[in-house]
Amino acid sequence: MQNFDLWSLSLVVFLPTVFAILIAVTPKAQEGAVRFLALIGSGAAMVISLIVLARFQFDHSRSMQFIVDKTWIKTIGARFHMSLDGISLPLLVMTTVIVFLCVVYSQRIIPPPGKPKGFFALILLLSTGMSGTFVALDLVLFFIFWELVLVPMYFLIAIWGSERKEYSAIKFFLYTLTGSVFMLLGFLALYFRSVDPVTGGHTFDMARLAGQHFGGLPFQNLVFLGLFLGFAIKVPMWPFHTWLPDAHGNAPTVGSVLLASIMLKMGTYAFIRIALPILPQAAKIWAPYIGGLATIAILWGALCSLAQKDIKRLIAFSSVGHMGFVMLGISTLTATGINAAVFGMVAHGVITGMLFFLAGSIYDRYHTRQIDEIGPGMMQALPYMGGILAFSAIASLGLPGLAGFWGEVLALLSAFKPAAGLSTSLFRTYMVLGAVGTILTAGYFLWLLQRLNLGRVPERWEGKNFADVRPVEYLAWAPLMISIVALGVYPGAVTNLTDGAVSALTKLFT
Amino acid sequence: MNLAWPLTLGALLFSIGVYGVLARRNAVLVLMSIELMLNAVNVNLVAFSTWIRETIAIGQIFALFVITIAAAEVGIGLAIVLLIFRNRETINIDEIDLLKW
Amino acid sequence: MTEHAYLIPILPLAAFFLIIAFGKRLPLKGPEIGIVAVSISFIMSVGIIAKFVGAHGAEHAREISTRWFPFGSGAHLQIGMKIDGLTAVMFIVVTTVSLLVQIYSIGYMKGEVRYTWFFAALSLFTGSMLTLVIANNLLMMLIGWELVGICSYLLIGHYWEEKANSNAAIKAFITTKTGDVPFLIGIFVLFAGTHTFNINAIYHKVAVGDVSHATLTAAAILLFGGAIGKSGQFPLHVWLPDAMAGPTPVSALIHAATMVTAGVFLVARLFPVFAASPEALNEVALIGAFTMLFAALIAMVQDDIKRVLAYSTVSQLAYMMAALGVGAREAAVFHLFTHAFFKALLFLGAGSVIHAAHSNSMRDMGGLRKLMPTTYATFLIATLALSGIPPFAGFWSKDEILTEAFRAGQHGPTHIVGYIVYVFGAITAFLTAFYMMRAFQMTFMGKYRGEAHPHESPRVMTGPLVILGALSVVAGFVGIPGLKSGFGSWLALGEHEVESANYLLIVVSVLLAGGGLVLGSRVYRTYAEVDPLERLGWFHKVLVNKFYIDEFYMAAIVRPIRDRVSRATLWINQNVLDGAVNGAAAVAKISGDGLYDQLDQKVVDGAINGIGITARATGGVLKYLQSGDVQKYAAYLFAGIVILAVLFTRFA
Repeated sequence: MQNFDLWSLSLVVFLPTVFAILIAVTPKAQEGAVRFLALIGSGAAMVISLIVLARFQFDHSRSMQFIVDKTWIKTIGARFHMSLDGISLPLLVMTTVIVFLCVVYSQRIIPPPGKPKGFFALILLLSTGMSGTFVALDLVLFFIFWELVLVPMYFLIAIWGSERKEYSAIKFFLYTLTGSVFMLLGFLALYFRSVDPVTGGHTFDMARLAGQHFGGLPFQNLVFLGLFLGFAIKVPMWPFHTWLPDAHGNAPTVGSVLLASIMLKMGTYAFIRIALPILPQAAKIWAPYIGGLATIAILWGALCSLAQKDIKRLIAFSSVGHMGFVMLGISTLTATGINAAVFGMVAHGVITGMLFFLAGSIYDRYHTRQIDEIGPGMMQALPYMGGILAFSAIASLGLPGLAGFWGEVLALLSAFKPAAGLSTSLFRTYMVLGAVGTILTAGYFLWLLQRLNLGRVPERWEGKNFADVRPVEYLAWAPLMISIVALGVYPGAVTNLTDGAVSALTKLFT
Repeated sequence: MNLAWPLTLGALLFSIGVYGVLARRNAVLVLMSIELMLNAVNVNLVAFSTWIRETIAIGQIFALFVITIAAAEVGIGLAIVLLIFRNRETINIDEIDLLKW
Repeated sequence: MTEHAYLIPILPLAAFFLIIAFGKRLPLKGPEIGIVAVSISFIMSVGIIAKFVGAHGAEHAREISTRWFPFGSGAHLQIGMKIDGLTAVMFIVVTTVSLLVQIYSIGYMKGEVRYTWFFAALSLFTGSMLTLVIANNLLMMLIGWELVGICSYLLIGHYWEEKANSNAAIKAFITTKTGDVPFLIGIFVLFAGTHTFNINAIYHKVAVGDVSHATLTAAAILLFGGAIGKSGQFPLHVWLPDAMAGPTPVSALIHAATMVTAGVFLVARLFPVFAASPEALNEVALIGAFTMLFAALIAMVQDDIKRVLAYSTVSQLAYMMAALGVGAREAAVFHLFTHAFFKALLFLGAGSVIHAAHSNSMRDMGGLRKLMPTTYATFLIATLALSGIPPFAGFWSKDEILTEAFRAGQHGPTHIVGYIVYVFGAITAFLTAFYMMRAFQMTFMGKYRGEAHPHESPRVMTGPLVILGALSVVAGFVGIPGLKSGFGSWLALGEHEVESANYLLIVVSVLLAGGGLVLGSRVYRTYAEVDPLERLGWFHKVLVNKFYIDEFYMAAIVRPIRDRVSRATLWINQNVLDGAVNGAAAVAKISGDGLYDQLDQKVVDGAINGIGITARATGGVLKYLQSGDVQKYAAYLFAGIVILAVLFTRFA
């Protein structure tokens, strides 16, 4: 098993790419083989990640486990360093599971123009980028995984998307890339001011960068700004969120799911993994501003959702609000807040993933995303679909007993008492506004349900027998729905993992 | 023997050959003119070989080589002319401009 | 028994999942599971409350908790249960009413849409309320609190085919959620002050004076915000009358046992926090006093029988709140206890009437006395109980509240508040008797005015009515003043023993109630198309329109946010924020185009193309040398040789 521990992360990350290559060399005509390979590739990665979860030492969740650390690019001191602790693990498992579910869903449902070969290969490639981001501990490696994600997603949107797909794909790509440039500048700045305690040269290693002085606060502040721009665009934080509704709205179903469930988390994860531990002093200076933007995002997302007529854009704006809660938690720099943030990421991943699956399946049947054209009365036409939609929407508005609740409540609790040195009254204002945001959130979700689900089937849909939830949809959705309930009832499934690592991190801020 | 005579003969033959190559339109005649030029060289080779009384007669041996090459060259040349004639019904060298730009 | 009290909420919660999974395959299509589950819960509740009857009840109080999950720096959230007299009373109230409502619903909901789902939701509702009641910490309480809210949404909107119903459901959820925000913040304030969510620990910290007065006042006022929302107090009462859109058994459950009592329960449960702050208590008392009169006034002019009862619920809950506000926790919980039975009875009776008359409006009823004797008799009992006529249940509890309020006026910390509560309570008692008699007369007396063919409801519906009728008579006896091991000792609050009754006050309140009844029956003895109260003129109109509060909220809050602010935000989002992004892209593209056209195409590419063009032109001239004419080539060759020869001879 020693070998397993050494190889497991590499397998989780790169196995999907191997299968993507296998798919690429499979003849186009053999669609069955392509589907099967995708299933095996993503399934294998999921199984290995679950074994990692089982073998993870919960008592030592604060320390890095499953370490692989090899010399990689000697001239610049970049290392092939991957590992995980209690913060990475839930996100890694979520990534592999959701990718697998997306592949399951796509076994039967691929949007036009079809072409399963390219579709699956891109999803698997995406999997490598996403899971790699969550385990990379070297800035160069991290950057490569971070950027690797863009390309497959660009093609997924541009080829399999709908409506303004080219515009959305380009906007997504360029906007995120713009952020990455600032992030890369930040990384390089850190590199050239760092001293590797082992070799005496410069280093890209996150662990070795933590705790360095970098020659003063002004420099740290500047670097933090660069990192902030890169991460904030990915999250996305207000006011950098405008790519999200377009990308989400026009991406294929599976693309939206992966985008919402996992890719957004890369940004918030990077704040926790890179920005806070490496630049703690700057983080403390920037935290009030981040909290402010997060609070605006909560209210902004809710208000924009209220005004939406397009179901996918509505869910996209709701993501802006939910990620606002995550960022609010992070900005408090407290253990409670960061636990809440990681929990919120996982909860948002499963719930919003579920909502995008539903939006996609509804679109498959009605061929429109306009709420007023689909509704009212979907509950009559598609009772099970409507029921699952109601369940997911209610989970998303933060009902206790379901996953969405804890992330929000703990984030608000942490904002009540932020880390020492942060203005309590300011963060309490954020908390009150955030709590008001939950009312608006409840408002737009219930209003969505009323306009879409409730009421009688209008004449234009009468006599159309849409298929209700299909077996493949049940297969893909059941694990998500189960985890929504399970995480709501036992949030410890995540916080037991994160608490050790988070508490170690927040020692920097007390 | 005075060297001037064979050299004069060679020069005359060569000049006639040059004239033939440059001026005649019939490809066969052009080939024959080339033959004249080669033989002008042969005359020169033999004349010089004799004049410098060389012991291993390289000039004369070279003349033999040239005769052989000339025979082969005429063979190939005539064959090409024959093929051109078959294809284009002419051996007029003005009309044969296959190498034009 | 108390060790396994956690089963009481868990059973109905489990029933929810079981009904969804298997309900449709069972002979009755679902209700049996819920009824069995809540029956067991009921039996256990009886077993628990039995322990609290008697002098040593307090010894049976239990508080058990266990770690749930960590939420930061080793701090753990606990999950647990707190069993004391208050919990036991609430158990009895919730399980009794829920059990009877579920039995009743078998008849009432027969043949209705989503029959099985309805029972599943009832079970969830019951389980959520029991979770709220059993909670030993505030976050767990919040869970039950919000679950109750969503259940009300699901059940009020049960007939969601009609938009009015789903509107009512949304209104209920959003309005109570508005109250939940201060509630949540109040929990945080208390947590910041005491470093714990545990209720017993909070009691302790408050008792030893560990918490500052300002913190307690802030926490209490904020927590009361939640109670205002859930218990339908002014100004968040607007959802409660609209909640009548749900099926009538749901109304009974919401208005008698679950949901609306949650607010009263909350204040009772955290009473030490409130008691530590006279400001907060006065707020509770004054809001209660105002709401009771306000709601009673509106109830006088409603024609929809369920709306009359709804406003009466608001009014009665305000009684309880006001009682809490003057420090009479025992009286408040006692009124909650008795009110649950007769209000459930009133709603179920109204349901029975609606079921028969196929209308909610009392103008379509009348004369049902003969046609529905059981319903009539039980409804009359409930009317008298609610009006406060001895010896029915409502009399004992209402009288105790008025007595306590008067006492608070005499001895309390803020005299005037006690007297205000007393005066408002007395007027409300009169109005309550009046509007109940009005409803009673319009429904059961006179001639039948509707078009249906009313007949008595089936046994499965009248059975619960009879049981509740009996309870409405006897439930008050446990709280007869001066009774040993009476209601007060169950709660074991350690409050003052109830002194000998103040007979003067009793007489006054009975006279007021009797007066209201007499006046009501006089005015409404004969049915009139035009309500006699319309003689009040503009005031009647204001009452019919419920003081225009709904209109005010719609115009001032809901529509501006939903329609205008949200659209303005989206406009800014699309045009300013996204506009900036698209603008940046456009600037980049335009400058790129310019750079390309001017610099790249003309200068850089121009140079390259220039080289190409030159080469091409040269070639165009030189190509003529390659004529394909062998003789020309030979001529050039000779010319070259000649030139070379000349050069050699000249320079070599």
